[in-house]
Order: sequence, then structure tokens, then C-alpha cells
Amino acid sequence: MKTTTVALTADNHTTDSRTGLMSAVFAMIIGVGIVAVTGHVQAAALHDAAHDVRHATGFPCH
Amino acid sequence: MFSRIVSSALFAGAAAGLLIALLQYVFVQPVLLHAELYESGTLIHFGADPVSTVQNVAGFDPLRDLLSLLFTMLTYCGYAFILVALMGVAEERGAIITPRNGMIWGLMGFVAAHLAPAFSLPPEVPGVAAADVLLRQYWWFATVALAAISMWLIAFHFTMVGIGAAILLLLLPHIVGAPQPAEFTGPVPTEIGALFAARALTVGLVAWTLLGAFCAYFWTKEGEAA
Repeated sequence: MKTTTVALTADNHTTDSRTGLMSAVFAMIIGVGIVAVTGHVQAAALHDAAHDVRHATGFPCH
Repeated sequence: MFSRIVSSALFAGAAAGLLIALLQYVFVQPVLLHAELYESGTLIHFGADPVSTVQNVAGFDPLRDLLSLLFTMLTYCGYAFILVALMGVAEERGAIITPRNGMIWGLMGFVAAHLAPAFSLPPEVPGVAAADVLLRQYWWFATVALAAISMWLIAFHFTMVGIGAAILLLLLPHIVGAPQPAEFTGPVPTEIGALFAARALTVGLVAWTLLGAFCAYFWTKEGEAA
């Protein structure tokens, strides 16, 4: 009985930490996506709107 | 964990972004506008007439400045997503996150995302000569990714091998070399270019320190609330 409890806990823990890692990976992909759009995509409208920020933040611009 | 990352990153990015946009407006934007007078040909460096160093640059431009505010907040929200996610991973592995050590996280973020690429591609004042933008962007992303891995190694694998690998990863993009223009054609005085780079980097340093502190603050606060 005791062994089962321990096994369950251990299993839950693994699942938690896997979900945690997946969440972190997804969040990082979103983060990189946002920085790519605000700082790097060369579409004219985006470039003009973000122009000053791109220079001030040290992104390659133009 | 995902919703905790999202809400803390949005709060941290918005709060830090707002303060950073103000700092950029006061200290970086006037230098940029001054440089644009040379970029557009309104002023000519080494022209027939000497040009005064004091120029009346354009003042508050509602649309332009609001867009800069919006994009600064968005950019630092993007960085906050990455920083908070990494804090979450580190915390699961036993690290303790506090607003105080969050500032150190922020400093390491500054080194990775701002200082490391600036070592070979310094913040550009408008009008400078530069290589193809796409090539520079590839180099920029690779350099930032390698520097971020280096920072993680220094923070969490503080061994001879870890430090050695971190140093190599930091040096590699600069030994390979960043894309450079074939010739220099910038019409802007070097004094303005140097001031711009120094201002951009220093505001970046403050920005990331704030961002790190805010990320850690909202991350721990959202954790208590859950």
C-alpha cells in the first residue's frame, strides 16, 4: 500500500515537472516570436512603427 | 505553470517597458533625432559651413512616440516571457527566485541580448553603413542564443567544463565575425554615433536590471497567489 502511494507521488511529480518544462518551452517560443515581430520583421509598416525602438534596443535595423 | 508565466511576464514586461520607454525618450531619442538631421541631409558634416553641435531637434510627436512606447513594452514583454520561463525552470530545479537576485538574472539577460551582440554590431545610429540586414539578423540571433546558453552555464554549471564552454560560446561569434559593410558611408558625425551607442547600451543595462527584478517579483507574487 505504502509503495503504491510513493509510486503515485513520484509519477505525479514527473508529470508536473514535464508540464512545467513544456510550459516554459512554449512561453519561450512566444517570447522569441514577440521579439522577432517587434524587433526584426522587415515589413514596411512594422519597420516604420518600431523604427526608433529597434535602433535604441540595438537590433539590426534597415 | 503556463498561466503563471504568462501573467507575470505581461506584468513585468509592461511595467519595465513603460519605464524604459521614458528613459529612451529622454536620453536616446534626442540623439537619434539629431543623427536623422544628418541622415536626411538637413545638416552636412564637413560641408562648406561649420555646423553647430546644438540643434533644435523635433519635439514630441504623438504618433511616433506612442508607437515607440507600445513597441518598447511589447519587446520587453517578449523578453519577459523568456526570462520568466527560465526562472520557472530554474526554480523547479531548486533555485530560489527573489526580486533581488532577479536583478542579477536581468544583468545576465543584458549581457546575452544586448552587450554580446553589441561587441561586434554596436547599436546603430540612423544613417550608418551596414551589411545586409538579414545576415546581421541571423548573426544577432545566433550570438544572443549562444550568449544566453553561456549565462545559464555560468549560473548553474559553475565547473571548469561549464565555464570553459561558456567562454568559448561567448567568443565564437566574434571570432567568426559579424557581417560588416564593404565601405563606410555614414554621414553622421562619429561623436553622435558614439553617444548613441553608449546611451543605448546604458539604457539597455538599466532596462534589463529592472526587467529582471520585475520578472522575479511578479513570478514569486503569482506563485503565492496560486
